[in-house]
Parts: sequence; structure tokens; C-alpha cells
Amino acid sequence: MNAIQILFWFLSALALVSALMVLLSKNPVHSVLWLVGVFFAISGHYILLNAQFIAIVNLIVYAGAIMVLFLFVIMLMNLNKDTEPQKNIWMKLAGAISAGCFLMILVSLIRQAPELQAKTAMMKEGSIGLISNLGKALFSTYVVPFEISSILFLSAMVGAVVIGKKD
Amino acid sequence: MPIQYYIFLSLALFCIGIAGVLTRRNAIIIFMSIELMLNAVNLLLVAFSKMHHAVATAVEKVNNAGTDGQIFVFFVMVVAAAEVSVGLAIIVMMYRNAHSVDVNFLNRLKN
Repeated sequence: MNAIQILFWFLSALALVSALMVLLSKNPVHSVLWLVGVFFAISGHYILLNAQFIAIVNLIVYAGAIMVLFLFVIMLMNLNKDTEPQKNIWMKLAGAISAGCFLMILVSLIRQAPELQAKTAMMKEGSIGLISNLGKALFSTYVVPFEISSILFLSAMVGAVVIGKKD
Repeated sequence: MPIQYYIFLSLALFCIGIAGVLTRRNAIIIFMSIELMLNAVNLLLVAFSKMHHAVATAVEKVNNAGTDGQIFVFFVMVVAAAEVSVGLAIIVMMYRNAHSVDVNFLNRLKN
């Protein structure tokens, strides 16, 4: 077992435990902090796959901007206390069982798929994840979706202001 | 690493997100579970792009096969950021009207 495999299993365990703790913790602020842990673990996976640009963007956009927005809203609404009285245990159980059944079906499907046998993902080499390659593709082939996404951001900004305005 | 390990990890994260949407009643936790599902899909897209690159590198030496998958992940992140800004504004509006973020209060269409 070499270093890459050790890192893979460590990051996978970190991601799964943090994702479970997002659901299980009662305090919403703790959930946000565990979700930041999930994002750091997934960024570690991206670095293992040598997708450096995606790793940094994931850290900056998700862990840096979106999670701060979540924390800001939670503290704005003063929700950082153990609320949410759980009355219906059966709804919880039904949700967990249906998600588990979905997971079991998909895992058994993937295990049998002949196209995916003996295929490997290239680790720590390959230069497609570097910013020179992605920047060239983004500003030549994908320049129209890139510009459209700026219009999307503008409309989202206007929409957030209009929705949040006190009338 | 074998691609199946990445698929299993992504499936587990995605199903944890599904369980969060189905079991929790706090609107913000539900929203965070949706973000978790988006990240599981992003991880799978990057893993598949590297798998495709490994297959294409065996055929010819210099190529950039698999770039499309990573560009797609970039656009997923862009759309997720826009979605979060609008969604949190809606949650703040809901809190201002109902003084709660419990989604079980949102049953005005039922009666």
C-alpha cells in the first residue's frame, strides 16, 4: 500500500464521516463546519487526481464563499441553537431506509457493469487539470457558455436583491 | 486507483445527501445536503475525466482528452454559486414571513 492509496482511503473516510456528521449534528453551525470538512476532503481528492485548478476553485468558491454565506444567514436568523423538535421518528427511518436502498441498488449495479471493470483513474499525472490547458479550453471552445454564465450571475444578483428587499 | 472506488465514494456521498433531504426539516440543512450531492457529482466527473484521459493517453502520447469533464465541473460550480445566492435569499424571506425555517410550515398549498 503506497502513499497514494493511504491518502485516498484517509480522504474518503474523512469525507464520509464529515458528511454523516452534517446530518447528525443538531446545531446548524456545526453542520456548516462539518460540510467545510467535506469540501476540504473533496479538494484533497482533486489534488490526488492532479486536477489542481478544480481543487483551488472548489476551496475558494465552496469553502470560502458559499459556506461563509450559509454561516452568515444562520447567524443573521439566530438559529445557532438546538431547535428542530423531532416528533416523527418514522419519517426519519423511512428516509434513511429509502436512501440506503437506493445506495444498495446502485452499488450492486456498478459492481456488475462490465464496462467499468479494470478501468483506472490516472493519479498524480496527466496535465489536463492544469490551469494552462483549462484556460485555453475555457476561452476558446467554451467562451460562449463562459459569457452566458456572467449573465447568469448578474440575473442571480438582481434576483437575490429583489427577493430579499423589504417591501 | 480503480474507477469503481471513486464511483462508490460518490454514491455514498450522494445517498447521504438524499437521506439529509428526506429526514431533516431545517431548510438550511436541506440546502446543504443539496450542495453535498452536487459535490459528489463533481468528484465523479473529475474521476471519469481522468479515466478517459488515461485511456486516450495509451493510444497517443500528447492529447487533452478529458478536458471537457473538468470544464463541466467548473460550470457546475458557477451554477451552484448562483443557486445558493438566490436560495438563501428565499430562505431569509421565508424566515421573515413565518419566523421559522421548518419546511413543515410550508403547507399552505395543502388546504
